[in-house]
Amino acid sequence: MAERTLMKGNEALAEGAIRAGCRFFAGYPITPQNEVPEYMSWRMPQEGGFFIQAESEVAAINMLFGSAATGARVMTSSSSPGISLKQEGISYCAGADLPIFYANVVRGGPGLGNIAPAQGDYFQATRGGGHGDYRVFVMAPNSVTEMANFPKRCYDVAFKYRVPSMILADGILGQMMEPVEFDFDPVDPDTFPEFDWTIGDAAGRERRVVKSYDLRPGRLEEWNFERQKRFDTIEAEESAWDSEGIDDCELLVTSYGSCSRISKSAVKLARDNGLAVGLLRPITLYPFPKRAFKEAAKGVKNILVVEMSLGQYIEDVQLSVEGAAPIHFHGRPAGGIPTAEEIYEIIKKIMGK
Amino acid sequence: MKVVFEETKGLTGVPMRYCPGCGHGIAHRLVAEVIEELGVRERSVGVVPVGCSVFLDEYINCDGIQGPHGRGPAIATGIKRSKPNVIVFSYQGDGDLASIGMAETIHAAARSENITIIFINNAIYGMTGGQMAPTTLVGMRSTTCPAGRSIEVNGYPFKMCELLATLPGASYLARTSLDKAANVIKTKKAIEKAFKTQIQGKGFSMVEILSPCPTDWGMTPRAAIDRLKDEMIPYFPLGVYRDWEKEEKERAKAREEDKVEA
Ligand SMILES: Cc1ncc(C[n+]2csc(CCOP(=O)(O)OP(=O)(O)O)c2C)c(N)n1
Ligand code: SF4
Repeated sequence: MAERTLMKGNEALAEGAIRAGCRFFAGYPITPQNEVPEYMSWRMPQEGGFFIQAESEVAAINMLFGSAATGARVMTSSSSPGISLKQEGISYCAGADLPIFYANVVRGGPGLGNIAPAQGDYFQATRGGGHGDYRVFVMAPNSVTEMANFPKRCYDVAFKYRVPSMILADGILGQMMEPVEFDFDPVDPDTFPEFDWTIGDAAGRERRVVKSYDLRPGRLEEWNFERQKRFDTIEAEESAWDSEGIDDCELLVTSYGSCSRISKSAVKLARDNGLAVGLLRPITLYPFPKRAFKEAAKGVKNILVVEMSLGQYIEDVQLSVEGAAPIHFHGRPAGGIPTAEEIYEIIKKIMGK
Repeated sequence: MKVVFEETKGLTGVPMRYCPGCGHGIAHRLVAEVIEELGVRERSVGVVPVGCSVFLDEYINCDGIQGPHGRGPAIATGIKRSKPNVIVFSYQGDGDLASIGMAETIHAAARSENITIIFINNAIYGMTGGQMAPTTLVGMRSTTCPAGRSIEVNGYPFKMCELLATLPGASYLARTSLDKAANVIKTKKAIEKAFKTQIQGKGFSMVEILSPCPTDWGMTPRAAIDRLKDEMIPYFPLGVYRDWEKEEKERAKAREEDKVEA
C-alpha cells in the first residue's frame, strides 16, 4: 500500500474517492477540475460504478441526491461557478440528511473571474453555502497526497453524521504533480452494512420517504435541533489541524490549503534567519479547529493571517483566538498569488526586524 | 360476500387534500393501481415534485423522495443508475417539468433514461396560486398575465409530447386527458404501458395528462372539465406520440419487405 506514484492533484482526488468506495459520479466540465470527471469516466466503470456527464451542475447535484438516497457513496466536483449552481441541491441533501461528497477546485471570482487559483469561496464553503441552517464538513488539503486521502475521511464523516462533506482545493492543488501515498486500503462498498434510511427495495419493510420538508407544527424546528446536535458533535470531535514550530514562536502565521504551502516557505525563511515564527494550518475548515487556535494564540505576540481572498478566512481565526493577540492580515484576491518573499517581508515588519 | 371493488394497496388510505375537481387525485390513484397491478409496488420509488402534488408521498404506498423544483428526472436518473432494479417514476407539474426543469426533462429523454414520467399538464402554477405556466394557453388568464397570455410577451405554450417525440431516446410518449371516464381509462392504459416500458428496460417513457385546476382557473369543477374539452384538447391533441413496440414491429415488417423484394 505504501507504494508511491506520481499523480496530478485532480486525478489523485478522483482515485482517492474511488478507493474510498465512491461508485457514482456526476459532473459537468469546468476548468480547473476537468481531470476529475475525465479520470472518473474510464476509471469508474472498472470498479462497476457509474459515471455520467450531466447536462448541467444543477442536474449533476440532483443525480447525486437520487443516488445518495439509495445509500451509494457519491461524488461530484466542480469549480466556483458550478458549485454556486449546486447550492440548492446541496441544501436539499443537508435537509434530507443524505451523505454526499463533493470537491470545489476553486478558481478566481466573482463571476467568471479567471481560472487561476484562488480562495474566494471560503465563506460559501464554511457557512453552509446554500439556503437554510446547515453546515458542510470541509477539508482543505495542501498536497496531492492529501487530495488523495481526504475523500475517505470525508465519506467517513458524511456517513457517520449523515451530512454533506467537501474538499476545498484550488487550481494549484488540482494541477500540480506530486508523489502520492495512500494511507488506507481500498474500501469495498459491497461490504457496507444495510442502512435504515435508504430507498428502493421496500419488500419486507415499512416504506420510506427521503425528504427535507416537514409542515407539521413544531416538527421542522425539532428536526433542525436534532441536526444541529450532529454538527455540535462534529465540532467537538472531527476537527483537524497541522502545525510547525508553534511552541516557541512569537509570531503565529496561519493559512489554509495551497496558501499554507507558501506561508510554510515564508516561515522557513524566517526561522532560517533566526526569527521565532510558527505556522498553524487548519485541515478541517468546518469544523474549524478553534481550540488549537486558542491554545496557540496564548503565548504569541502577534498573529499573521495570509489568505488568497480579502478577509474571509481571517474571521474564523478572529472568532477562535478571541482577541488573545493582535491579528495582522495579508490577503491577495483572485488574480494574485502571494510569494514566500512577500510574506517574509511582512513577517519582518511585524516583528520589527 | 363477493368483493366487487376494493381500494388499491397502491394507495396509503390517507385522505387527499386536493381541491374539489382537481385532477391530481385521479392521476395518483391511477399510478397507484398500476404499480400494484404490475406487482412492482414494493420496488417502486416515486420522485415527488415541488407543486401541489408535493404530498404525493403521503398518498402513494411506495418509497418516495422529494427533491428540488424541476429536478425529478435527474433525481430519478441517480436512483435508477445506482439501483437498476428499482422502478422509478417522476411525477411533475407543468411548471416543474416544462419550465424550471426543462433541461432535465429533455436530457433524460435524450439519454433514454429508463424511467417513467407522469406529467400533469394543468396549464397553470397551482401551488403558488395561479401564475402563468409554460403550457398556459394563449389568451388564458393567470395572476401573472391577468389580461391573458400574450404571444408578444410570453410566446407560445410548449407541446411537450411533440417536442420530445423528435428525440430517438423517447421510447413511449402519450398524451391523455381526465375530462371523462373513457379518457380516465385510457390514461390508466397509457400509465400501464409507460411502466411496462420501464420494466422491460425499453427506456424513457412519459404520459402527459391534461388535468383540471378549477381553483386557479377560477372555475367550477364542471366548467373546468369543459375547458379541458373545448380549449386544452384542441391545442394539446390526445394520442400516442411514440411507441417503441409499434416502431419495433414496423421496423421488423420493413425488413421483411426488403427481404422479399431482394
Ligand atoms: C427553486 C424554486 N423556485 C420556485 C419555487 C416555488 N414553486 C413552488 S410550486 C411552483 C410551481 C408549481 O406549478 P406546477 O409545476 O405546474 O405544479 P402544480 O402546482 O400546478 O401541480 C413554484 C414556482 C420553488 N419551490 N423552488
Ligand atoms: S390548486 Fe389546482 S392543482 Fe392545486 S390542488 Fe387545487 S385544483 Fe389541484
